[in-house]
Amino acid sequence: MIDNTIEFLEPYTYLIIGSIKALVIAGALMGVVPGLVWLERRLMGRFQVRLGPNRVGPFGLGQPISDSIKLLFKESIIQSSADKFLFHLAPAIVVFTSIVAFAVIPFGEPITIFGQKIGLLVADVNIGLLFVFAISGMGIYGIVLAGFSSNNKYSLMGGLRSSAQMISYELTLGLAAVSVIAITGSLSLTDMVKGQEVIPNILIQPLAFLLFFTAGVAETNRAPFDLPEAEQELVAGFHTEYSGMKFAMFFMGEYINMVTMSALITLLFLGGWNAYGLPLWPILAFAGKVAVLLCVFIWLRSTYPRIRYDRLMTFGWKFLLPLSLFNLLVTSVFVVL
Amino acid sequence: MLESYLGAGLMLLLAIGIAVGMVVMTSFLGPKRQFADKMEPFECGESPIVSPHQRFSVKFYLVAVLFVLFDIEAVFFFPWAILFKQLGIFGFVEMLLFILILGVGLLYVWKRGGLDWE
Repeated sequence: MIDNTIEFLEPYTYLIIGSIKALVIAGALMGVVPGLVWLERRLMGRFQVRLGPNRVGPFGLGQPISDSIKLLFKESIIQSSADKFLFHLAPAIVVFTSIVAFAVIPFGEPITIFGQKIGLLVADVNIGLLFVFAISGMGIYGIVLAGFSSNNKYSLMGGLRSSAQMISYELTLGLAAVSVIAITGSLSLTDMVKGQEVIPNILIQPLAFLLFFTAGVAETNRAPFDLPEAEQELVAGFHTEYSGMKFAMFFMGEYINMVTMSALITLLFLGGWNAYGLPLWPILAFAGKVAVLLCVFIWLRSTYPRIRYDRLMTFGWKFLLPLSLFNLLVTSVFVVL
Repeated sequence: MLESYLGAGLMLLLAIGIAVGMVVMTSFLGPKRQFADKMEPFECGESPIVSPHQRFSVKFYLVAVLFVLFDIEAVFFFPWAILFKQLGIFGFVEMLLFILILGVGLLYVWKRGGLDWE
């Protein structure tokens, strides 16, 4: 009976395994967001010498859950002059792209269950890095459309600023990644980790790491580059008009993007799941590195003031871009010798 | 080869489901109490006088054009970087020239003031 079932399911194994993996990873991502919000609020509390949320549940762990339930049951206001369709579409695009981009992020060696070799990622494509760039580049449409469809000055400004900022820093992000690709000779994220078994790329490419990290912070719209949602000048920018769950969706997208960016930095520069002699499971090593990077993201937010918009753009174009070209040049000299 | 994209396709469907589901859910759940003042665009307590869709700074347009130029050039780096070790000294010199041209382009835009934000 069981043999028959297995035989019948044989052609669909790939589909079944793929579906399970997609479900697990999407679920994990959705679950990580409240945890990350909690972590951010707790850490920010500590950084600012206050307690942070600590009333709901142990250590305030119930806070993000109650917050998300509250947001779900809040009224979702659509102001009368907004473009209804685009207004609904924008937050959906943001969430959609952030989840899909994570599909190609591997987080461990392939494991074997019931004689099936299962890679610890949803889609083992050989152009993983390009896939992440392509999909996360699409996320910008969500923000621009949100600003455009709101029919509000602040939102439009926020959306415009955001688009200019994200495309400017995408150049640096790409060029910093190219120098790593030149060392590895592959676009597959798994191959990149394999190439770092001896030493992580951060030691070979410290400048590329700094460039990639800075551009990554700007890409995810995190402080000190959170210009699109600058509260003091743009009253939250592109999501001024949003309320309820649609408002929360922008934050979900931002936090998932933060996780994806941290995972990408870990894979490209910090050696992925290689533990370098530490007695850690590969997955734990990977998760630990990602967690540290996430804490650094939060740390940056409470350390640096927001930079002015003209400085943001000149910093991207006149400093980071020439520096990344220079870094690429130096890298190619060293690789060829 | 193509079956590795099956996972990506599944994730795509799932993500569409999640995103649409959340938008639909928040439209049905929650109260709906509408009145005219609440449905106005936020303007710090004032009623909006002019439409926000007016002309905006040409700088944004310029940045978009520059991005297209430089990003297409950056895209050329990807295949080169993968084959870099096989191409050896030939690939190196070719790319040196390419980076030089890119650098001259950047320098030109810089000197013409295309990167200044006033």
